[in-house]
Amino acid sequence: MDLVERLDSGDPRALPRLLTRIENRTPEGLAALERLYPRTGHAHVVGVTGPPGSGKSTLVGVLATAARASGRRVAVVAVDPSSPLSGGAVLGDRVRMMGLHADPGVFIRSMASRGRMGGLAPAAAGVVHALDAAGFPLVLLETVGTGQDGVDIASLAQTVVVVQAPGLGDGVQAIKAGQLEIGDVLVVNKADLPGAGDLKRQLRLALPTETGPERWATPLLPTTATTGGGVDDLLAAIDAHREYLKESGNWEIRQRGAARAEVLTGLRAALERRLATLDGDQLNWLIAEAAARRRSPDAVVANLIATLDSAATGGDSVSDQRGG
Amino acid sequence: MTDETPTAATRAPLRVLIAKPGLDGHDRGAKVMARALRDAGFEVIYTGLFQTPEMIASAALQEDVDVVGLSILSGAHMTLFPRIMAALRERGLDDVLVIAGGTIPAEDQATLREMGVAALFGPGTPLGEVVAFLRAQDPARAVGG
Repeated sequence: MDLVERLDSGDPRALPRLLTRIENRTPEGLAALERLYPRTGHAHVVGVTGPPGSGKSTLVGVLATAARASGRRVAVVAVDPSSPLSGGAVLGDRVRMMGLHADPGVFIRSMASRGRMGGLAPAAAGVVHALDAAGFPLVLLETVGTGQDGVDIASLAQTVVVVQAPGLGDGVQAIKAGQLEIGDVLVVNKADLPGAGDLKRQLRLALPTETGPERWATPLLPTTATTGGGVDDLLAAIDAHREYLKESGNWEIRQRGAARAEVLTGLRAALERRLATLDGDQLNWLIAEAAARRRSPDAVVANLIATLDSAATGGDSVSDQRGG
Repeated sequence: MTDETPTAATRAPLRVLIAKPGLDGHDRGAKVMARALRDAGFEVIYTGLFQTPEMIASAALQEDVDVVGLSILSGAHMTLFPRIMAALRERGLDDVLVIAGGTIPAEDQATLREMGVAALFGPGTPLGEVVAFLRAQDPARAVGG
């Protein structure tokens, strides 16, 4: 049996192994993803993002518990950074999600970012598709602890929860462009700490202004993840956002946006793999030309693009026909 | 079952679960080890303190790890390790490599090895020795089924 058949027959090892194969882009993993993709598009993918130490993992843990109380199976994907030096990683989000292990309706998977910037891992979309196809109605996707420009999650999740905590910045942070803008739900976690009230007042300035085209009023909710305080309200807001997306037609718009982002990201990755096929000697010679000021970097780029183009047309009759 | 030829494209970081079973609260060794394995290029899933055998086995299954590393300083290894090995077997994880570190008397080590613990590292073991041991397993495990 292959992994998809094992998944369908209920083999508990199949899904974890499939995720590994997808993460490693093995031929088996990619083939399985091809077969599973038509089954996807049903899960509510909820991104949880925010700065390191704001309490994302703890919040995801209690959110999963709350969602289980309503009978839903829940998948959690938690991304932590890979070392830029060794490529290794310490994935520590499970530490904050203890107590979920005994429930077969909760599946937790840690992922390393493996060189991707922006808060996700290269295979995050593929892993989410597999969990979607495996029938999880709710996927909680926790990003790397990110700052102002960690906005990749907006192109993968239907609902984005941006978590903030007191003590991380002043009121100017709230009106800067970036991560706060992508939040469908804003959370002030650690609401029991001093400064939480001030932060909430500052974040009101980050909420969309009334002239915005969306009919969704972004909620700003206090939570205390360590005690579970405010988590039921947060889950209710997440569910309400899903209803809003479905009723307004924005669900399909977000699905299209997600597909577009995934295609373009994949295209960029494929082009990078093709770049790796460039002749190293030619590349080094051209770089030396640029360093010696005999050719400009732009001219070198044009030269290399022309090389890639001729390799593509020379080696691929299909693109020849389409081009001619 | 799966059969695929290992290639450069399927060569991926070894995934290692580091867990502290039982009730002693000393996690410095486990953290130092996790950090050392990170620096050696492994992906370490760190689960933290007070792990039951069921929690360890459930995490090992979901994370599809190649290695489970147990750190124990409480002296309860002869109680906990058989239960951990059984919990792993129950989930079909017979092929996961189990190693352990901490204070484990020599007279217990042979029994634990018979139980399936592949390697035991006592206090003072150079970090590089553990890394080298895991690297030696790497060609067989990191890329295969």
